Amino acid sequence: MHIPDGLLSAPVSIACAALAFPAVGTAAARARSGTGAREAALLGVTAAFVFAAQMINFPVAGGTSGHLVGGVLAAVLLGPSAAVIVMTAVLALQCLVFGDGGLLALGANVLNMAVVNPLVGYAIYRVMAGSAARGPSSYARRLAGAAFAAWTATVASAATCAGELVLSRVGAPSVVLPAMVGVHAAIGAGEALITAVVLATVMRLRPDIADRARSSLGRDRPGGIAVLGLVAAAALGLFVSPFACAWPDGLERVVERLGVEPSRAILSAPAPLRGYAIPGLHAGVPSTSLAALAGTLLVFACCVAVGVWLAPRRAAGRATGGPDIAPPSRS
Amino acid sequence: MSGVHALQTHADIDSPLRRAPASAKLAATLAFAVALALVPAERWTWMVAAVAAVAVLYRVARLPLGRSLARVGIAQPFVLGVAVLALFQGRGLAVFLAIALKATACVAAVQLLAATTRFDDLLAVLRRARIPEALVSTLALLHRYLFVLVEESSRMRRARRARTWRAGLWETWKALASVIAVSFVRSLARAERVSAAMRARGGGGS
Repeated sequence: MHIPDGLLSAPVSIACAALAFPAVGTAAARARSGTGAREAALLGVTAAFVFAAQMINFPVAGGTSGHLVGGVLAAVLLGPSAAVIVMTAVLALQCLVFGDGGLLALGANVLNMAVVNPLVGYAIYRVMAGSAARGPSSYARRLAGAAFAAWTATVASAATCAGELVLSRVGAPSVVLPAMVGVHAAIGAGEALITAVVLATVMRLRPDIADRARSSLGRDRPGGIAVLGLVAAAALGLFVSPFACAWPDGLERVVERLGVEPSRAILSAPAPLRGYAIPGLHAGVPSTSLAALAGTLLVFACCVAVGVWLAPRRAAGRATGGPDIAPPSRS
Repeated sequence: MSGVHALQTHADIDSPLRRAPASAKLAATLAFAVALALVPAERWTWMVAAVAAVAVLYRVARLPLGRSLARVGIAQPFVLGVAVLALFQGRGLAVFLAIALKATACVAAVQLLAATTRFDDLLAVLRRARIPEALVSTLALLHRYLFVLVEESSRMRRARRARTWRAGLWETWKALASVIAVSFVRSLARAERVSAAMRARGGGGS
């Protein structure tokens, strides 16, 4: 989903950068209020980890393969503002050193993959994981939440990306939007499964780290996170909602996939999609939207099943280190 | 398997472009991308001229042409995917050509910047541009530890393959996931050591 230069028009690129800049700045300010060297090393080494993890290809049927993107995994394990910084650094390095994603398009790529993706994912993860007590049931809920969050966040990024491409007049909305969202609904399923499997393995090997991530859930100060949520909501509203008039049929589909869950969950910011959704739903034949809703519910059910299935059974009883796969740390 | 070698750049080949200040090169690349984004889709001769101009600069920078072309090619699947989508609309061919030419010129320009500039110099430019310190230090540490972690995870995968006789799809997934999870756990431990070393040398300001 790395947009290269030459695809986006100059106004769209500048609008994306204008949205991405305050979000990254807010996240950086929140991250710096941590503990100096410790925080800097954690962010830098985790960014290197995300980069390395993206190079590991998971085989999919038919000789194709996919890889983890890692935005939701980072948000779940380190918190949303750390995830924004980590993903921004990864994208900037991929752009500046390896030419993956354009320089002018960096704002758009950061907005899609480093702001919208971790924040939408984190919002859904928090809603689904809740504040359940320790133990297998809490692990199952958190795994299901992370899996569904990874899927929805991938689709949300793809929809924002499609909106930017359409506003740059690269293609008609009736072509670009379903293509991007459809392809990434499939890619998102892989991302969801990889995220859940990796998180389950972290829970099994180092329940202390997994629990530290959970306990940091409660410590988020509301101020900065509201700004971040607002930017993510604005991005979705700006780039996805214009299709309300141009293409109500497709908007229904996007709203069914995006609007219903995330806009309610985006940290109580006013949901920009819901206002558009109501006329669209009344005007069109609801068959496609019902199909999309059924698809979303199916993915949701699969995520819950994955969570229950992968949740470590004996994790609550163990304090540290699972000796059955590998010793932790100390390389 | 894509290993560490795929990540090497050519920032050590001496040339006039290599010696030019990093800030000027970054600004020129950005200006080039903006200018190209403003060119309307009908003026494809301008875009051909832009591609030709970048090609001339590659000669000036004395870069190996084959490897450089391969690197430009990495970004092409997404470009082609979107460009093919553009064919399904009115005046699709013009938009298709415009996208392909603009994207190729821009990707080649950014690759040129990367191949002629040390990453440290780019970081210094970002610092002077008042990019938040948290982001710049994350970028610096990311670049420093990237090669260490990529090497480590490919070592773990090699060891896993050597021990595994024949794995089904699900076993492969579980093995790769445990490679990622273990390298995450190791990354956290490494971050602790790095921060202790930084503090011991008086860095980090905590």
